[in-house]
Amino acid sequence: MQTSERPLSPHLQIYRWQLTMTLSIAHRATGIALSVGTLLLVWWLVAAATGPEAYRVVQEFLGSWLGILLLIGWSLSLFYHLCAGIRHLVWDTGHGFDIKTVYQSGWTVVVASIGLTILAWGAALVQMGRG
Amino acid sequence: MAEFTLPANSKVGAGKTWQAPAGATRIKNFKIYRWNPDDDQNPRIDTYEVDLATCGPMVLDALIKIKNEIDTTLTFRRSCREGICGSCAMNIDGTNTLACLKPIDEIEGDVTIYPLPHMPVVKDLVPDLTQIYAQYRSVKPWLQAESPPPPDRERPQSIEEREKLDGLWECILCFCCSTSCPSYWWNGDRYLGPAVLLQAYRWIADSRDEATGERLDRLEDPFRLYRCHTIMNCTKTCPKGLNPAKAIAEIKKLMVMRR
Repeated sequence: MQTSERPLSPHLQIYRWQLTMTLSIAHRATGIALSVGTLLLVWWLVAAATGPEAYRVVQEFLGSWLGILLLIGWSLSLFYHLCAGIRHLVWDTGHGFDIKTVYQSGWTVVVASIGLTILAWGAALVQMGRG
Repeated sequence: MAEFTLPANSKVGAGKTWQAPAGATRIKNFKIYRWNPDDDQNPRIDTYEVDLATCGPMVLDALIKIKNEIDTTLTFRRSCREGICGSCAMNIDGTNTLACLKPIDEIEGDVTIYPLPHMPVVKDLVPDLTQIYAQYRSVKPWLQAESPPPPDRERPQSIEEREKLDGLWECILCFCCSTSCPSYWWNGDRYLGPAVLLQAYRWIADSRDEATGERLDRLEDPFRLYRCHTIMNCTKTCPKGLNPAKAIAEIKKLMVMRR
């Protein structure tokens, strides 16, 4: 007896968020963020080629709190995508698959990308202070 | 394209509460997904108050107690109750596992139980496994060899060759892993998923099998194999402690090495 059409069981709605899936979707999200951030770089370069007035507009935007927030996000995305990419390369060699190692490498990627972002911005601020 | 939300007929509503009998001493709430194919209603969550003082230690014990003593219509698969048949695979407390191997004590607060995620539901906690079994069939999970076996005994295998199958043969096809995989959720119609790929590798890795080339040919496909993005939910959730993600990585390595 065919009765009502079968429902689809809940998935994303009910699955407990795991570090594994979180880092995976973050890898994809930072990849997209990097592509979008590249547009910012293009805008900056085009403005530099256009002339002082256009360049000043971009510099002002990048110096605003929104601009700095975007740049911090972009650099964090870069470092995260880089570190997670290395993690994927190691996996492609067939290593690092037991769950303990997966969690260690996962947290290492998180800490390293945040640490590198702080380092990079710290170095930039020191440079600015000298200039 | 991935559908992140549930279709209209699959949205889950509130159900009713089945109260514990008077005199119950250690009450734990079990919130269980219910869907009845015969009443034209959406799925709902029923809450069962179970007295743990008179219940076995595992989640399956509670399910059986509910069916025996509280609500006989609750429907679920079970058989061996010792983690070897794979029947009672379901989503418990947010992750996929076998109800018979999951101690109730490990769960803080209410126990939520859903069928394996992103599957068509036959009734309550029973998912329709037709498609995933068809995918399993598609990898020809049996020994293929042209050369005849020795006349007087089985095909020989060295200890080292046999050891390559450890971590693979133990798979009981409960499909906890495949239904924990977001990639399988979004592309399960074409991606084979971790359980079936682990089984595929089990025959690729078998020294007695002579169809390795054809097996790899069939997997060389952007969807069947390469929708695996090493998310690792599969290995995290496997109730048998196996590593489907590693098996898939080994297949990917073989694909590169045979070029």
